[in-house]
Amino acid sequence: MSYFTNFSSLKLDVLREVGNIGAGNAATSLSKLLNKTIDMKVPDVQIVSFDEMMEMAGGSENIVAGVFLRLEGEITGSMFFVLPLEQANKFIQAMIGDPTINLDEQPYDEIALSALQELGNILSGSYLSSLSDFTNLFLYPSVPALAIDMVGAIVTYGLIELSQVSDYAIVINTQLSDKENMFSDEVNGHFFLLPDPDSFTTLFQSLGVMEDD
Amino acid sequence: MTSPITVVKVGIADMNVVEAPHVIRTSGLGSCVGIVLYNPLKSIAGLAHIMLPEASLSKAGSLNKAKFADTAILELVNRLETLGLNKNTLLAKIAGGAQMFQFNGTSDIMRIGPRNVEAVKKTLQSLKINITGEDVGGNSGRTIEFSPLTHQLTVRTVNKGTHTI
Repeated sequence: MSYFTNFSSLKLDVLREVGNIGAGNAATSLSKLLNKTIDMKVPDVQIVSFDEMMEMAGGSENIVAGVFLRLEGEITGSMFFVLPLEQANKFIQAMIGDPTINLDEQPYDEIALSALQELGNILSGSYLSSLSDFTNLFLYPSVPALAIDMVGAIVTYGLIELSQVSDYAIVINTQLSDKENMFSDEVNGHFFLLPDPDSFTTLFQSLGVMEDD
Repeated sequence: MTSPITVVKVGIADMNVVEAPHVIRTSGLGSCVGIVLYNPLKSIAGLAHIMLPEASLSKAGSLNKAKFADTAILELVNRLETLGLNKNTLLAKIAGGAQMFQFNGTSDIMRIGPRNVEAVKKTLQSLKINITGEDVGGNSGRTIEFSPLTHQLTVRTVNKGTHTI
């Protein structure tokens, strides 16, 4: 726990705002892309154990479509856009305009996969570009990679850097839901932003928060 | 009369031991590796879920031994020895170490699965513990469950179904 205990409530508030701005822009892009109203919950910033983080995404065995990208530039980190399959299907159907297309069975439909990858690309791009504008930091994303698998298997990739210094992760988590298809909380899409441990100082400085604030 | 079977759950960077008829399980192994140590004549087994290859990677003040391949295996052997198992009779089954994402990047992070598997094998070899079954690599997440009664490891994947090793 020690690594993050020096985070004041001000710092946590700043991180919450980072999630707010990033995911807010991403939700707007998603809404335009699908021509639907997309709701976003107030982001929550939590310091959680690795197991608790899997619980946030519905338990480590929960099967999801996950888009993963590495954040490079002045700050580094990992970002995930995790969608339950049910919701991913709805989004893909809306994008392609074919209500029968889905990712329920193997082999996955090429067009469906491609659409989902593009969706991840657009959303994470708008999340990160707004983050870059907001912080004035130079940031660029890696090409997003897509996997359909258990949450545990996907999300641990974002914990590798962090796990070298801590048994806890600081997660900026934002939930998305779409108005027409109300799902229960566990099956909503999530953005997870996991800055690498070395990046917090730069991130806070860029937003005018001092080390001892 | 049968006593209820409980499933002992092992989290990420965690380890535990189990005695028959109970079973031990860890879920959502991606790049992580699950290591089962058992004695073929006994009904006690241990399971560790490691994330990183070597404790030397740790920059943390306190060391969580279960997080690293080298320290986790040693610790698990110690725990099994205190339960009366002899180190020289132990066998291992391992699963995990997948490469979930294909990146063109050069980062070491992306190779973490194969590196974990190498480290596990190296540590087991140095302790002269033979591997009797493995399901490693590939690009699927795995959930594994070991029964210390049958000594079988059940591996479940999303894409390739379930099999035992």
